[in-house]
Amino acid sequence: MAALRGGGRDIALDMLPYAHFLGLRADVDADEVRLVMPFDDRLIGAPGRLHGGATAGLLELAGVVRLLVALGDEEVPPQLKPVTVTVDYLREGAARATYASATLTRLGRRIANLHAVAWQIDRARPIAAANLNILLDRGAVVA
Amino acid sequence: MSEVDPARRRRFIASFVAHVPHIGALGIDYVDHGDDWAELALPPRADLVGFPDLGIVSNGAVFSLIDSCAGFAVFARRGAIGHATIDLRLDYVGAPPPDATMTARMECYRLTRRIAFVRGIAHAGDPARPIANATGTFMLGDV
Repeated sequence: MAALRGGGRDIALDMLPYAHFLGLRADVDADEVRLVMPFDDRLIGAPGRLHGGATAGLLELAGVVRLLVALGDEEVPPQLKPVTVTVDYLREGAARATYASATLTRLGRRIANLHAVAWQIDRARPIAAANLNILLDRGAVVA
Repeated sequence: MSEVDPARRRRFIASFVAHVPHIGALGIDYVDHGDDWAELALPPRADLVGFPDLGIVSNGAVFSLIDSCAGFAVFARRGAIGHATIDLRLDYVGAPPPDATMTARMECYRLTRRIAFVRGIAHAGDPARPIANATGTFMLGDV
Protein backbone atom coordinates (compact mmCIF):
# COMPACT_ATOMS: atom_id res chain seq x y z
CA MET A 1 0.00 0.00 0.00
CA ALA A 2 3.03 2.29 0.32
CA ALA A 3 2.80 3.50 -3.26
CA LEU A 4 -0.76 4.60 -2.63
CA ARG A 5 0.52 7.32 -0.30
CA GLY A 6 3.25 9.44 -1.82
CA GLY A 7 1.18 12.62 -1.82
CA GLY A 8 -1.13 11.26 -4.47
CA ARG A 9 1.36 11.30 -7.30
CA ASP A 10 2.10 7.61 -7.56
CA ILE A 11 -1.05 5.54 -7.36
CA ALA A 12 -0.12 1.90 -7.94
CA LEU A 13 -3.46 0.20 -8.27
CA ASP A 14 -1.77 -2.92 -9.57
CA MET A 15 -0.78 -3.65 -5.99
CA LEU A 16 -4.44 -4.24 -5.12
CA PRO A 17 -5.44 -7.64 -6.56
CA TYR A 18 -9.15 -6.85 -7.04
CA ALA A 19 -8.37 -3.46 -8.61
CA HIS A 20 -6.04 -5.31 -10.98
CA PHE A 21 -8.82 -7.85 -11.66
CA LEU A 22 -11.10 -4.98 -12.73
CA GLY A 23 -8.28 -3.58 -14.89
CA LEU A 24 -8.35 -0.20 -13.14
CA ARG A 25 -5.98 2.66 -13.92
CA ALA A 26 -5.63 5.91 -12.02
CA ASP A 27 -5.33 9.41 -13.46
CA VAL A 28 -4.05 11.80 -10.84
CA ASP A 29 -3.82 15.54 -11.28
CA ALA A 30 -3.79 18.51 -8.96
CA ASP A 31 -7.55 18.59 -8.60
CA GLU A 32 -8.68 14.99 -8.34
CA VAL A 33 -8.01 11.29 -8.58
CA ARG A 34 -9.94 9.69 -11.40
CA LEU A 35 -10.12 5.94 -11.89
CA VAL A 36 -10.62 4.38 -15.31
CA MET A 37 -12.11 0.94 -15.84
CA PRO A 38 -11.51 0.00 -19.50
CA PHE A 39 -14.24 -2.18 -20.94
CA ASP A 40 -13.62 -5.91 -20.83
CA ASP A 41 -15.93 -8.82 -21.62
CA ARG A 42 -15.42 -10.10 -18.07
CA LEU A 43 -17.29 -7.06 -16.72
CA ILE A 44 -20.55 -7.88 -18.52
CA GLY A 45 -23.71 -8.66 -16.55
CA ALA A 46 -26.82 -8.60 -18.73
CA PRO A 47 -25.98 -8.86 -22.46
CA GLY A 48 -24.06 -5.77 -23.57
CA ARG A 49 -24.19 -4.10 -20.16
CA LEU A 50 -21.78 -3.67 -17.30
CA HIS A 51 -22.46 -5.76 -14.21
CA GLY A 52 -23.57 -3.54 -11.34
CA GLY A 53 -21.10 -5.22 -9.03
CA ALA A 54 -18.15 -4.14 -11.17
CA THR A 55 -19.45 -0.57 -11.13
CA ALA A 56 -19.82 -0.78 -7.34
CA GLY A 57 -16.25 -2.04 -7.01
CA LEU A 58 -15.01 0.84 -9.15
CA LEU A 59 -16.94 3.38 -7.03
CA GLU A 60 -15.66 1.96 -3.75
CA LEU A 61 -12.06 1.96 -4.95
CA ALA A 62 -12.43 5.54 -6.19
CA GLY A 63 -13.44 6.44 -2.64
CA VAL A 64 -10.65 4.44 -1.01
CA VAL A 65 -7.98 5.94 -3.29
CA ARG A 66 -9.34 9.46 -2.70
CA LEU A 67 -9.14 8.82 1.04
CA LEU A 68 -5.61 7.40 0.85
CA VAL A 69 -4.49 10.51 -1.00
CA ALA A 70 -6.05 12.70 1.71
CA LEU A 71 -4.30 10.65 4.40
CA GLY A 72 -1.02 10.66 2.46
CA ASP A 73 0.71 13.03 4.86
CA GLU A 74 0.06 10.91 7.95
CA GLU A 75 3.09 9.02 9.18
CA VAL A 76 1.07 5.95 10.16
CA PRO A 77 -2.07 5.95 8.02
CA PRO A 78 -5.04 4.18 9.58
CA GLN A 79 -6.45 0.94 8.25
CA LEU A 80 -9.55 1.67 6.16
CA LYS A 81 -12.67 -0.35 6.97
CA PRO A 82 -15.79 0.46 4.96
CA VAL A 83 -18.82 0.44 7.28
CA THR A 84 -21.66 1.19 4.87
CA VAL A 85 -21.64 1.41 1.09
CA THR A 86 -24.81 2.49 -0.74
CA VAL A 87 -24.88 2.46 -4.53
CA ASP A 88 -27.56 4.14 -6.64
CA TYR A 89 -27.77 2.89 -10.24
CA LEU A 90 -28.79 5.82 -12.41
CA ARG A 91 -28.38 4.64 -16.00
CA GLU A 92 -27.38 1.39 -17.61
CA GLY A 93 -23.64 0.92 -18.06
CA ALA A 94 -22.74 0.37 -21.72
CA ALA A 95 -19.89 -1.78 -23.06
CA ARG A 96 -17.31 1.02 -22.93
CA ALA A 97 -14.77 2.60 -20.56
CA THR A 98 -16.13 3.80 -17.22
CA TYR A 99 -14.66 6.59 -15.08
CA ALA A 100 -15.09 7.31 -11.39
CA SER A 101 -14.10 10.04 -9.00
CA ALA A 102 -14.87 10.63 -5.33
CA THR A 103 -15.22 13.70 -3.16
CA LEU A 104 -14.46 13.73 0.53
CA THR A 105 -17.57 15.10 2.21
CA ARG A 106 -15.98 14.99 5.64
CA LEU A 107 -12.72 13.63 6.98
CA GLY A 108 -13.01 13.06 10.71
CA ARG A 109 -10.67 11.39 13.13
CA ARG A 110 -12.61 8.11 13.10
CA ILE A 111 -14.99 8.24 10.15
CA ALA A 112 -14.60 9.49 6.59
CA ASN A 113 -17.70 10.21 4.50
CA LEU A 114 -17.26 10.14 0.72
CA HIS A 115 -19.43 10.47 -2.36
CA ALA A 116 -18.31 8.72 -5.53
CA VAL A 117 -19.69 9.10 -9.05
CA ALA A 118 -19.20 6.89 -12.12
CA TRP A 119 -19.79 7.98 -15.70
CA GLN A 120 -18.97 6.92 -19.27
CA ILE A 121 -19.17 9.43 -22.13
CA ASP A 122 -20.60 12.42 -20.32
CA ARG A 123 -19.67 13.27 -16.76
CA ALA A 124 -22.93 15.19 -16.44
CA ARG A 125 -24.83 11.92 -17.04
CA PRO A 126 -23.52 9.59 -14.32
CA ILE A 127 -24.36 5.87 -14.53
CA ALA A 128 -24.02 5.29 -10.77
CA ALA A 129 -23.23 7.06 -7.51
CA ALA A 130 -22.21 5.81 -4.10
CA ASN A 131 -22.13 7.02 -0.53
CA LEU A 132 -19.23 5.50 1.39
CA ASN A 133 -18.77 5.70 5.15
CA ILE A 134 -15.36 4.37 6.09
CA LEU A 135 -13.94 3.70 9.55
CA LEU A 136 -10.38 4.91 10.08
CA ASP A 137 -8.92 2.22 12.34
CA ARG A 138 -5.83 3.59 14.06
CA GLY A 139 -5.33 0.48 16.15
CA ALA A 140 -5.87 2.29 19.45
CA VAL A 141 -9.04 2.22 21.52
CA VAL A 142 -10.76 5.57 21.23
CA ALA A 143 -13.28 6.10 24.01
CA MET B 1 -47.10 -13.87 -12.19
CA SER B 2 -48.04 -17.31 -13.43
CA GLU B 3 -46.73 -20.48 -11.84
CA VAL B 4 -43.25 -21.47 -12.93
CA ASP B 5 -42.13 -25.07 -12.95
CA PRO B 6 -39.47 -25.32 -10.18
CA ALA B 7 -37.20 -27.59 -12.21
CA ARG B 8 -37.34 -25.22 -15.16
CA ARG B 9 -36.61 -22.29 -12.88
CA ARG B 10 -33.66 -24.11 -11.31
CA ARG B 11 -32.17 -24.90 -14.73
CA PHE B 12 -32.68 -21.31 -15.78
CA ILE B 13 -30.91 -19.88 -12.72
CA ALA B 14 -28.04 -22.37 -12.95
CA SER B 15 -27.51 -21.56 -16.62
CA PHE B 16 -27.72 -17.84 -15.86
CA VAL B 17 -24.98 -18.16 -13.26
CA ALA B 18 -22.85 -20.03 -15.78
CA HIS B 19 -23.40 -17.57 -18.63
CA VAL B 20 -23.20 -14.11 -17.10
CA PRO B 21 -19.59 -13.18 -17.93
CA HIS B 22 -18.84 -11.18 -14.76
CA ILE B 23 -20.28 -13.89 -12.52
CA GLY B 24 -18.18 -16.49 -14.33
CA ALA B 25 -15.06 -14.30 -14.12
CA LEU B 26 -15.49 -14.03 -10.35
CA GLY B 27 -16.03 -17.80 -10.05
CA ILE B 28 -19.44 -17.43 -8.42
CA ASP B 29 -21.39 -20.68 -8.07
CA TYR B 30 -25.12 -21.35 -7.85
CA VAL B 31 -25.99 -22.95 -4.49
CA ASP B 32 -29.76 -23.10 -4.09
CA HIS B 33 -32.97 -21.14 -4.36
CA GLY B 34 -36.61 -21.21 -3.23
CA ASP B 35 -39.83 -19.39 -4.07
CA ASP B 36 -38.49 -15.98 -3.06
CA TRP B 37 -34.80 -16.43 -2.28
CA ALA B 38 -31.51 -17.46 -3.85
CA GLU B 39 -28.11 -18.50 -2.58
CA LEU B 40 -24.81 -18.03 -4.44
CA ALA B 41 -21.23 -18.69 -3.31
CA LEU B 42 -17.91 -17.00 -4.04
CA PRO B 43 -14.91 -19.30 -3.45
CA PRO B 44 -11.67 -17.61 -2.31
CA ARG B 45 -9.20 -16.57 -4.98
CA ALA B 46 -5.93 -14.65 -4.71
CA ASP B 47 -6.88 -12.18 -7.46
CA LEU B 48 -10.07 -11.10 -5.66
CA VAL B 49 -8.31 -9.96 -2.48
CA GLY B 50 -8.75 -6.29 -1.54
CA PHE B 51 -5.54 -5.32 0.22
CA PRO B 52 -2.74 -7.89 -0.12
CA ASP B 53 -1.46 -7.33 3.42
CA LEU B 54 -4.85 -8.40 4.83
CA GLY B 55 -5.48 -11.27 2.41
CA ILE B 56 -9.28 -11.07 2.62
CA VAL B 57 -11.76 -10.87 -0.21
CA SER B 58 -12.46 -7.36 -1.53
CA ASN B 59 -15.72 -5.63 -0.67
CA GLY B 60 -16.23 -5.11 -4.39
CA ALA B 61 -16.32 -8.85 -5.11
CA VAL B 62 -18.76 -9.35 -2.20
CA PHE B 63 -20.90 -6.53 -3.62
CA SER B 64 -21.02 -8.34 -6.99
CA LEU B 65 -21.96 -11.59 -5.22
CA ILE B 66 -24.82 -9.93 -3.32
CA ASP B 67 -26.04 -7.92 -6.32
CA SER B 68 -26.14 -11.07 -8.47
CA CYS B 69 -27.81 -13.10 -5.72
CA ALA B 70 -30.44 -10.38 -5.20
CA GLY B 71 -31.20 -10.38 -8.92
CA PHE B 72 -31.77 -14.13 -8.84
CA ALA B 73 -33.97 -13.83 -5.74
CA VAL B 74 -36.16 -11.37 -7.65
CA PHE B 75 -36.29 -13.79 -10.57
CA ALA B 76 -37.17 -16.66 -8.22
CA ARG B 77 -40.14 -14.67 -6.89
CA ARG B 78 -41.30 -13.19 -10.21
CA GLY B 79 -40.61 -16.08 -12.52
CA ALA B 80 -39.57 -13.50 -15.12
CA ILE B 81 -36.47 -11.56 -16.05
CA GLY B 82 -36.03 -7.91 -16.96
CA HIS B 83 -35.15 -6.03 -13.81
CA ALA B 84 -32.44 -3.54 -12.92
CA THR B 85 -30.96 -2.56 -9.57
CA ILE B 86 -32.17 0.83 -8.32
CA ASP B 87 -30.04 0.84 -5.20
CA LEU B 88 -28.18 -1.56 -3.00
CA ARG B 89 -26.75 -0.89 0.45
CA LEU B 90 -24.24 -3.10 2.22
CA ASP B 91 -23.42 -2.78 5.91
CA TYR B 92 -20.12 -4.47 6.59
CA VAL B 93 -20.83 -5.91 10.04
CA GLY B 94 -17.79 -8.16 10.27
CA ALA B 95 -14.57 -9.03 8.50
CA PRO B 96 -14.31 -12.46 6.85
CA PRO B 97 -11.29 -14.63 7.61
CA PRO B 98 -8.72 -15.05 4.81
CA ASP B 99 -9.49 -17.78 2.28
CA ALA B 100 -13.16 -18.07 3.25
CA THR B 101 -15.84 -19.03 0.76
CA MET B 102 -18.41 -16.24 0.90
CA THR B 103 -22.05 -17.24 0.64
CA ALA B 104 -24.85 -14.78 -0.10
CA ARG B 105 -28.48 -15.48 0.68
CA MET B 106 -30.88 -12.85 -0.58
CA GLU B 107 -34.66 -12.76 -0.27
CA CYS B 108 -37.19 -10.83 -2.35
CA TYR B 109 -39.53 -9.95 0.53
CA ARG B 110 -41.90 -7.66 -1.32
CA LEU B 111 -42.94 -7.39 -4.94
CA THR B 112 -45.11 -4.62 -6.33
CA ARG B 113 -46.11 -4.03 -9.94
CA ARG B 114 -42.97 -1.99 -10.63
CA ILE B 115 -40.58 -2.53 -7.70
CA ALA B 116 -38.95 -5.52 -5.99
CA PHE B 117 -37.53 -5.14 -2.46
CA VAL B 118 -34.66 -7.38 -1.38
CA ARG B 119 -32.75 -8.07 1.81
CA GLY B 120 -30.21 -10.59 2.95
CA ILE B 121 -26.71 -11.34 4.09
CA ALA B 122 -23.31 -12.59 3.07
CA HIS B 123 -21.50 -14.90 5.47
CA ALA B 124 -18.28 -16.88 5.62
CA GLY B 125 -19.78 -20.22 6.62
CA ASP B 126 -21.99 -19.36 9.58
CA PRO B 127 -25.25 -17.58 8.63
CA ALA B 128 -25.62 -16.53 12.28
CA ARG B 129 -22.49 -14.41 11.91
CA PRO B 130 -22.98 -12.29 8.78
CA ILE B 131 -20.11 -10.43 7.16
CA ALA B 132 -22.49 -8.06 5.39
CA ASN B 133 -26.15 -7.13 5.70
CA ALA B 134 -27.77 -5.96 2.48
CA THR B 135 -30.96 -4.19 1.46
CA GLY B 136 -31.92 -3.01 -1.98
CA THR B 137 -34.55 -2.36 -4.62
CA PHE B 138 -35.02 -3.34 -8.25
CA MET B 139 -37.11 -1.75 -10.99
CA LEU B 140 -39.21 -4.26 -12.91
CA GLY B 141 -40.23 -4.23 -16.53
CA ASP B 142 -38.76 -2.41 -19.48
CA VAL B 143 -35.23 -1.80 -18.28
